[in-house]
Amino acid sequence: MVPRDPNLVLPDNEDEIFYLGQETNINMGKTLTGGDIACEALLNEGVDIVFGLPGGAILPLYGVLSRYPQLRHVLVRHEQGAAHAADGYARASGRVGVAFATSGPGATNLITGLATAMMDSVPIVAITGQVGRAAIGSDAFQETDITGATLPVTKHNYLVTRVEDVGPTVHEAFHIARTGRPGPVLIDIPKDVMQEEGTYDYERDRQIKLPGYRIPTTAPEDQIDAAVKLINEAERPVFLAGHGVIISRAFDKLKELAEKAQIPVVTTLLGISGFPENHPLHVGFPGMHGEAYASLALDDSDLIISAGSRFDDRIVGNVNEFATRSKKIHIDIDPAEINKSVQVDAAVVGNLKHVLGQMIPKAERKSRPEWIRHVEQLKTDHPSLHIPETGNLSGQHVVRGLSNITKGNAIICTGVGQHQMWAAQHYKFTQPNSWLCSGGLGTMGYEVPSAIGAQMAMPEALVWSICGDGGFQMTMMELATAVENRLPVKYAILNNNHLGMITQWQELFYMGDTQADAYTANPDFVKLAEAFGMKGMRVEEIDDVESAIEEANAHPGPVIVDFVIEKVEHVYPMIPAGGSIQDLMEDTRV
Amino acid sequence: MTTESKFEARTVTALVEDRPGVLARIAGLCRRRGLNIASLAVGRSEQAGLSRLTFVLEGPPGVVNQCAAQLERLVNVIDATDITNKNHIWRELALVKVGTSTDTRVEVLELSRVFRANVIDIGVDSVTLELTGGREKIDSMITLLDRFGIKEVMRTGRVAVLRGTLFEGEEDGQFQSSRKWANGLPHEYHVTPGVSGSV
Repeated sequence: MVPRDPNLVLPDNEDEIFYLGQETNINMGKTLTGGDIACEALLNEGVDIVFGLPGGAILPLYGVLSRYPQLRHVLVRHEQGAAHAADGYARASGRVGVAFATSGPGATNLITGLATAMMDSVPIVAITGQVGRAAIGSDAFQETDITGATLPVTKHNYLVTRVEDVGPTVHEAFHIARTGRPGPVLIDIPKDVMQEEGTYDYERDRQIKLPGYRIPTTAPEDQIDAAVKLINEAERPVFLAGHGVIISRAFDKLKELAEKAQIPVVTTLLGISGFPENHPLHVGFPGMHGEAYASLALDDSDLIISAGSRFDDRIVGNVNEFATRSKKIHIDIDPAEINKSVQVDAAVVGNLKHVLGQMIPKAERKSRPEWIRHVEQLKTDHPSLHIPETGNLSGQHVVRGLSNITKGNAIICTGVGQHQMWAAQHYKFTQPNSWLCSGGLGTMGYEVPSAIGAQMAMPEALVWSICGDGGFQMTMMELATAVENRLPVKYAILNNNHLGMITQWQELFYMGDTQADAYTANPDFVKLAEAFGMKGMRVEEIDDVESAIEEANAHPGPVIVDFVIEKVEHVYPMIPAGGSIQDLMEDTRV
Repeated sequence: MTTESKFEARTVTALVEDRPGVLARIAGLCRRRGLNIASLAVGRSEQAGLSRLTFVLEGPPGVVNQCAAQLERLVNVIDATDITNKNHIWRELALVKVGTSTDTRVEVLELSRVFRANVIDIGVDSVTLELTGGREKIDSMITLLDRFGIKEVMRTGRVAVLRGTLFEGEEDGQFQSSRKWANGLPHEYHVTPGVSGSV
């Protein structure tokens, strides 16, 4: 295990960011094509890996790639895989992930991946080829208005129409992607712009002029004071720690403040691994399928400190009934999130790492023994993580086994659905930033390529992708990418021959009308693994789980373990969509 | 939030980069959030390369109140301010082509004088008037002209600026109601937010 560098993402000052680059300004002043200029700029941004798939309109860029051996190109099997792999790379490393695709269908195939990154604030730069400038707007072959199509799913996008804009646009795109609230940026470059000749100069092209773009760092002192006052006055405060903790690498600061003021920490789904799960103040994750005690701790609190979280509807449910007895502090780098869903008593706009740093000296040291005891009692009274013993293998057993064998040290990737919730509930994360899942968009299939990206970013790390059989089959072609690049990713398929979460909803809310959610002809995943040149294993008994995981870990290459689990098993606890804590459903089989 | 919830209108001004696609980003954002652009005025600002927009957005209160903050997220938007609750003045402009005969022309011209509208064109059977003011004033004139036979109405969107402050060192757009005015002017001066448009 290589420990993740906690300081890699979002350095505090700009110079540090640019220092990440490889300073390959050797071609400065020489006449270069637009494609060369893009590669030069990518290198200067520190890019080492590009996920992509070539096509007609982007060939001028691919045509010069061989001149830049420092840019490793990973050929995916579908552009969605490129976007998700870039996303996984970005989340795992804290650097900007890069994807290439051609015009038209290549570009539209990126959209799901861009939307996933947008919802979860992941820095990606996607470069797409476009038809020649003269053909734009003519419905030419493989032409799509991709800047128009991606407007709602990118933080920003560009159509580059002059070769002299290529270098500055790439630098600007990276700047926008990784600073502030990170997000995906798309650059559409017409074929003839990539072929046209111009020059590249790092010092000239990195001059970024964005008058409308502000990057919050520290927060105004009056906001800090108002928030700290509420914290000091509170008797039952609780942190709601979101993805912002991970993005801004605020782990240590969060821990320091939580310990100093004795504030229990509830993490959001995307905040998981932002606070060590073996810490006494760790409470779990709340909301629709979160641990009941985490939801109850929010409800019983008199102050919720939302730190880098956005009061997502999966946590809040019914806005009018959410934690009605508590005041709220909202710390967010994006001012547009303040009061978007929940009205708050104090808003703090800034980079979470800096904001917590500002708060720590002002927060009073407290002990709060009664409140801590109460939260502990909630954990005892609501044993949300108990696995019902039916004798049959279930998804929870698999995740529990993974957690035990890897000691909570692996990087875990998931898509969306039951497998994701069981992974979130039962894996005991001990490493910061080791949980990669499509939280906001809920993208099935994210788990397969994102694990590839994560493994490329962290070659020494143990990467386990926990998949549902449904999501796995959406992107399983990328297994070829894993094999081709000798990536030892381990895939655990929680195979119940169902779209499990959909079955659960249909049974609970749609009168059991389980139409169209059974996979009656899944492929034989063991043979599939072998067809891809991977190791394939099947596990059907609880007792075989841990030994299979150990065997997979010992195998030097990629592995699929097909865990044949209980066909119909619900994820509990559950708070139905739009519900409140009063609607909490717990597992009655305990 | 129910779909029945009442819509609310907000007046927003924004300073944006003057380049292709910016308006599409703004319009796209409004569409995504379910906001109706009731009126829109765009033009070059006093700063090179920047345009100033005034729009009136309608939408559910919880969403439309957020619109300025959402707009500021756009990279090309330098600044967006919801001025609805600030002390501001606004104007709209209308060109009204009204049918006239020799019998009615004098009456139309008389009406235009009262409304302080400019006559900018006269044809053999029509007069075109240019009228500036608040929405109510323009609506009133159009209503009065209706019986002569309106051939065409062309109205602009609203343009708005914050009222300049009367007191040194204070920000524009403040209401002065609680201030003691210099020469004993009314101390209970009050302006209803958002309706200070009429002349």
